[in-house]
Amino acid sequence: MNKIGLIIQREFSTRVRKKSFIVMTILGPILSVALFVLPAYLATLPGDEKKVLVLDKVFLMDNDKGKEGLRFEYLNPEKFDLDAAKQVLKETEKYGLLYIPDGGNMDPDWIKKKATLYTVGDANIGTVSYIEGRLSNYIQLQKLKLENVDPEAVKRSRTDVNLNTINIEEKEEKESIGIIKMGIGYVSGFMIYIFVFLYGAQIMRGVIEEKTSRIVEVMISSVKPFELMLGKILGLAGVALLQVTIWLLFGGLMYFLASTFILGDALDAAAVTAQSNAGNEKMMEIMHKISLIDFPLIIGGFLFFFIFGYLLYAALFAAIGSAVDKESDTQQFMLPVSLPLIAAIIVLITALDKPDGPIAFWFSMIPLTSPVVMMARIPFGVPAWQLILSMSLLVITFLGTTWMAGKIYRIGILMYGKKPTFKELIKWISYKG
Amino acid sequence: MSILSIQEVSKYYGDYQALNSVSMEISKGSIFGLLGPNGAGKTSLIRIINQITGPDEGKVLFDGKALAPQHISRIGYLPEERGLYPKMKVGEQIMYLARLKNLDKASAKKTVREWFERFEIESWRDKNVEELSKGMQQKVQFIATVIHKPDLLIFDEPFTGFDPINTNLIKSEIRRLRDEGATIIFSTHRMESVEEICDDIALINKSHKILEGPIKEVKMANKSHNYIFEVAGDFNGAVPNGMQLLEQKSKEGITTLKVSVPDDNTSELIKQIVSNQQLISFNEELPSLNDIFIQKVQAV
Repeated sequence: MNKIGLIIQREFSTRVRKKSFIVMTILGPILSVALFVLPAYLATLPGDEKKVLVLDKVFLMDNDKGKEGLRFEYLNPEKFDLDAAKQVLKETEKYGLLYIPDGGNMDPDWIKKKATLYTVGDANIGTVSYIEGRLSNYIQLQKLKLENVDPEAVKRSRTDVNLNTINIEEKEEKESIGIIKMGIGYVSGFMIYIFVFLYGAQIMRGVIEEKTSRIVEVMISSVKPFELMLGKILGLAGVALLQVTIWLLFGGLMYFLASTFILGDALDAAAVTAQSNAGNEKMMEIMHKISLIDFPLIIGGFLFFFIFGYLLYAALFAAIGSAVDKESDTQQFMLPVSLPLIAAIIVLITALDKPDGPIAFWFSMIPLTSPVVMMARIPFGVPAWQLILSMSLLVITFLGTTWMAGKIYRIGILMYGKKPTFKELIKWISYKG
Repeated sequence: MSILSIQEVSKYYGDYQALNSVSMEISKGSIFGLLGPNGAGKTSLIRIINQITGPDEGKVLFDGKALAPQHISRIGYLPEERGLYPKMKVGEQIMYLARLKNLDKASAKKTVREWFERFEIESWRDKNVEELSKGMQQKVQFIATVIHKPDLLIFDEPFTGFDPINTNLIKSEIRRLRDEGATIIFSTHRMESVEEICDDIALINKSHKILEGPIKEVKMANKSHNYIFEVAGDFNGAVPNGMQLLEQKSKEGITTLKVSVPDDNTSELIKQIVSNQQLISFNEELPSLNDIFIQKVQAV
């Protein structure tokens, strides 16, 4: 046991000191937070303001000023015709010219067809759709007037509906929070998938490196091959857990800071307007829904499936590494190990959609896919017996796989030259001490 | 007293038999040469001694007791295929390997310092192994092998990669370790170094042990029964009955002769020579280990 401790220590400390680990650990959360925050932050920045000239012959636009970043400037319809307006557009470096002609007896549908946006260069989709929105708004008003309807009455009668959905199968009738649960299920399942692959490959590379540098014969004259394998797997598990923990803490901190200092300001400023009061209510609602989620169960489940999923695959990757001399020979053995993982990530989407469906059920029981797929189901609530069965199957399979991998590893690390076949690997399992 | 007693050990890999009922005794405080051509089964035997694999038949006794995991820390092994972690610092690497042999931190540190001073390589301590030359790496590996003061040392081709100066350094270190009480198993193809430093040898060929014993006895048992003598001037006597003159050469007034004496009774021959002329030298022709090796291996 003491020796496994030494091996774990070495694997852990040499990897944690590596530049690539430090870089990835620091860059990981920065990148992911940047991915969340940057677009939101950029959106709040005052960008280049576009100015669009409006030649409104029929006074349809009611002197609309446009919005932040896109301003309308009106040309006197009595002084300008279209050609003169085009001339102004060319001379003044404005973004575009919106031309609403007169004629057609003010028929809204005629105006709709004739309104034109002239631009220097290609028109930007956002700008076009904003102007379209404004135009359809004013044309609608025009139509209401023609039908003798009071536009104010229409405004008053408009109602926003947020449908309450409640899942009656849960013990207490909680408000359903499907979207958030899906998000949590997806992120945690995907994290397990990524970590199993990344760290599994690292184990495999580590074993191959020990083989090619021939240190392995020195090592196994001091420790049992199984101890060497286990030490490596556990040492890397420590590295993985450290990285995940740092990411979660660091990412959480960054997100907190970012949302307080950057988005916070923007929210406060925006909160003045009635519209974003509704937005704030929405935020409160989301916060309330998040508080309904069973986090202890999800985190506990995540750690369990993360650790055992990793351990299960780590042993397989170690066995593959031991059987070959160089990384390019791993292909044929990688396929059967990767397939269940890839299947799991495909099923993950189905399972999020139908957490209680037969596909989700079976794939969350099969140990090679359960770590990923079960994480999609846990946020929605899984019957205790299913959870316990899935966990037990995973642990039993982990023990069996590690035992088998240890057998292959023990023979494989001393085999050089010929690349073994699957038949030979099975033969190795049956060799005795 | 044997430190290692190998008793009718057999080892199979599938259908292939790597060792066939091999027995040998390795006495305490000796340097034991384990010889044999490539693929004879030497590495299989060494791996059994190191408990990397176990024997399929027979048993191995270490210091009179059945070989067991606790003996690992009393054995040091330098494999033919050398290897160290390339990206690990020299000092850390030796410390790590020493601690895996159950050496505690403090005494490991102390011993590492002693060896670094002895080999005058203190400046390497913080270098990565991959920065060292092959010969330098070999030295580091040698230290890693002996760092825990093992009772039994197994060197598989220890001199490959060393220049003549370092070869001598390692040779004298091996002798010094023996004088301090360690037993050394020395596996090699280089017969000249075996003759120079081994006390006993065993020869394995095609999974069988075909020869064992002290070098002197092995040579005696495999001698040609030929004798070589030099006389002043031409040889003018006659070879007695039952003996046969094999060769005769003259150079600068000295004649060298080789005579086969099947019963090793040389007194008649010597009488013959000295009664006629001046005898300069008279020697038994002893075979070199190289000759014995080739002869035995080819005979099978």
